[in-house]
Amino acid sequence: MFEMLTDRVGKSLRNLSGRGRISESNVREAMDGVRTALLEADVHHEVVDSLCEEVVTEALGREVTKSLKPGEEMIGVVHDKLVELMGPDASPPMWVEPGPTIVMLCGLQGSGKTTTCGKLAARWKNEGRKVLVAAADLQRPAAVEQLQTVVQGVESTGRGSGQVAFHGEPERCAEFGRAVGEAVTVCRNAINRARDEGHEVVLLDTAGRLHVDDELMGELEAIQTAVRPHRILLVVDAMSGQDAVDSARAFHQRLEVDGVILSKFDSDARGGAALSVRRVTGAPIVHLGVGEHSDQLEDFHAERVAGRILGMGDVVSLVEKARDEVDEAEAQKMAVKLAEGRMTMDDFLSQIKAIRRMGPIKQLLGMLPGMGAALKDMPIDEKQFDRVEAIIGSMTKTERTDPDRIERSRAKRIAAGSGTARDEVSRLMKQFDGMSQMAKSMLGPDGTPREQPAIPGLPGVGKGNTQIKSRRAGAKRGKGKKRR
Amino acid sequence: MGLFRRATDALRSGLTKTRTALTGVFGALAGRKIDEEALQAIEASLLRADVGPALTKSLIESLRTAWRQGTVTTGEEARDHLANDLRERLGDHRGSITRADQGPTVLLVVGVNGAGKTTSIAKLAKRFSAEGKVVLAAADTFRAGAVHQLEVWAERLGVDIIKGKEGADPAAVAWDGAEAAVARNADFLIVDTAGRLHVQEELMRQLSKIKDILGRVIPNAPHESLLVLDATAGQNGLRQAEHFLAAAAIDGIVLAKLDGTARGGVALSIREHTGVPVKFVGTGERPEDLEVFDPEPYVDALLGLDDGSTE
Ligand SMILES: Nc1nc2c(ncn2[C@@H]2O[C@H](COP(=O)(O)OP(=O)(O)OP(=O)(O)O)[C@@H](O)[C@H]2O)c(=O)[nH]1
Ligand SMILES: Nc1nc2c(ncn2[C@@H]2O[C@H](COP(=O)(O)OP(=O)(O)O)[C@@H](O)[C@H]2O)c(=O)[nH]1
Ligand SMILES: [Mg+2]
Ligand SMILES: [Mg+2]
Repeated sequence: MFEMLTDRVGKSLRNLSGRGRISESNVREAMDGVRTALLEADVHHEVVDSLCEEVVTEALGREVTKSLKPGEEMIGVVHDKLVELMGPDASPPMWVEPGPTIVMLCGLQGSGKTTTCGKLAARWKNEGRKVLVAAADLQRPAAVEQLQTVVQGVESTGRGSGQVAFHGEPERCAEFGRAVGEAVTVCRNAINRARDEGHEVVLLDTAGRLHVDDELMGELEAIQTAVRPHRILLVVDAMSGQDAVDSARAFHQRLEVDGVILSKFDSDARGGAALSVRRVTGAPIVHLGVGEHSDQLEDFHAERVAGRILGMGDVVSLVEKARDEVDEAEAQKMAVKLAEGRMTMDDFLSQIKAIRRMGPIKQLLGMLPGMGAALKDMPIDEKQFDRVEAIIGSMTKTERTDPDRIERSRAKRIAAGSGTARDEVSRLMKQFDGMSQMAKSMLGPDGTPREQPAIPGLPGVGKGNTQIKSRRAGAKRGKGKKRR
Repeated sequence: MGLFRRATDALRSGLTKTRTALTGVFGALAGRKIDEEALQAIEASLLRADVGPALTKSLIESLRTAWRQGTVTTGEEARDHLANDLRERLGDHRGSITRADQGPTVLLVVGVNGAGKTTSIAKLAKRFSAEGKVVLAAADTFRAGAVHQLEVWAERLGVDIIKGKEGADPAAVAWDGAEAAVARNADFLIVDTAGRLHVQEELMRQLSKIKDILGRVIPNAPHESLLVLDATAGQNGLRQAEHFLAAAAIDGIVLAKLDGTARGGVALSIREHTGVPVKFVGTGERPEDLEVFDPEPYVDALLGLDDGSTE
């Protein structure tokens, strides 16, 4: 989402470095481009001005004018500033003993609170916790039902050994403005129930409200006084503009927000709100919402997002995702196999599956340094991966361990069995060969890389082609429902 | 309803302020001569309203030129100059929508997640109920509770609703809605759709499909496609408009949530780059909180923003 900003900052700084010797006014001039880029990224104008001022001072202090690579030096300064502005990274959630730990979500209308409740519940379920989610939005029609459906979905399909239960009192719902005060009762009841039933954490979903709506802001304060939440999280839409600062400040002034969750980060908004909200509230950004499904919540790392702003890619996320999906010992065994040229079709298949579990390929490639902008418009066909899986699935056991045995007649049978074309099978065989070759040349005998690893030729990355479709982020197979 | 009413009333009066009333940055400049510092303050207040750096720059340049040429010297004159400029850019559409020559007029409502589509549909339904029979189609079959949300509104407003099961094909619901609207002799059919990010290509194609289906049942439908834009949206709003224009040929914008402190200034860039005008504004969560867009009070509210309030 920060791609454009990356382009802009990169360009103005490249211009700067192209000039050879530069003066103080050159630095200020380059900062003008940075300023526009930050404003276009929706960073609050006051934050932009102070940030630019600080960068100029710092840059001059570091004597960038005398530097041989002033552009890079400036990038360094801007990067450090961005990290400083958005960091430090959040502390882990605080669990109180004895429980239940009470967590309240708040924010503007439509910012993503209810969806985020599902995401947090899913995360905690995965950690083995017993969670109670309470519906304290009695105002938006069907809000209680929405949350109930979300919670049931997490309980029935979410990973992990924990439990997620729902607390709702739909009979307390009322038309706009008439249910004020009732929400306090629902929250109180939920917490009593959690104590009785031994839930470790209670998550309160509140109604969306405008920060200038005194009556509804008062309701939040009443909940706060009544149940004393241990953590108050503000949900902010990543697409928000300048107003994010004023609303965040108002919520913070009345409730003392402990953390911020930036939702809809899967949009192409440049998300300058992240910078400014962090600056005005001082509360850390704890998570990013990256889709509508309950498993689409990520940790926030200032380094990572700042790196993304400056086109350094998002390698941290990539590595983290890989770590989630891949067992280290397994990976080491695989690397040795690869180095010895012993990779089988089964290995290939499990690699593909592991990669796909990490998320949509386009999103993954976008995390590679410098690839984001280049891949923006490249069509990537996830369906090709389905076909690869089908082809391998149609091979016999011996064919999989020794793919060299697959000659024409076998290829024909495999194509028929998998419902694919013959040349698709031979193309896969070629790709497989190519990958084994490359792996052998890249890895030392112990499986460690010999040199900078290149990006392996992934299937599914094609040139413009109308029939090629990219799967919608998050509609992973077997998870959630598909939107078609 | 105490303070909330006060907040909306304040906005209402904010939106109907006369041209001579000066608030915000221009309040501070009243009776004063314009200088470089004043121009910077005006620039800040435009940025603050999400007008965006590029358009702000060109607005300020035009003002600066007028000031250098001596046609603008005081705060009042600067304000009038800017207000004229903005009004001209916005155009005047006053909620006019294309209507069917005969049979139901079909409105398709689209937008990103959480923008305010369903609530705006309730408001439009209330508005058009005064003119004739309204049928709603609940083609958001994706989000949890979305169908029920629209059902609650239909019941409160006493209008018909056509729905499918959660997870059903939204195009099929649109089809059923269109057939029902014809069969029941409705004057208006308003189709709700699931929120979608404009970068989700497949979901954008789904919108085109819904549009085609409507046109197959009712000639020239949808007659009006409206994009609901959250007034708190930043510069990304332009990307939203561009993509929804490409996929669903939007005719107008409903600028929702204008009852807060956000002013949705990106609508100006949208108008400039895509030609799509704002037709309605949302000023609250009740069905009556919809107003026909009027550039005059809107510009007043936009310029009335007090930059000092952010500190
Ligand atoms: N203050 C205010 N709130 C609004 C306005 N319009 C909508 N809302 C609120 O914003 C939230 C989201 O509105 P919805 O109508 O459900 O939005 P949507 O675009 O249909 O959302 P999805 O279908 O989830 O994408 C609800 O809490 C509404 O009550 C408005 O003009 N002013
Ligand atoms: N693409 C995307 N959509 C989201 C995300 N979080 C929430 N949404 C959608 O935004 C809309 C509003 O979310 P909801 O949770 O109902 O917001 P609330 O009014 O604050 O409770 C719904 O359509 C959600 O599906 C996210 O991270 N990415
Ligand atoms: Mg909600
Ligand atoms: Mg909706």
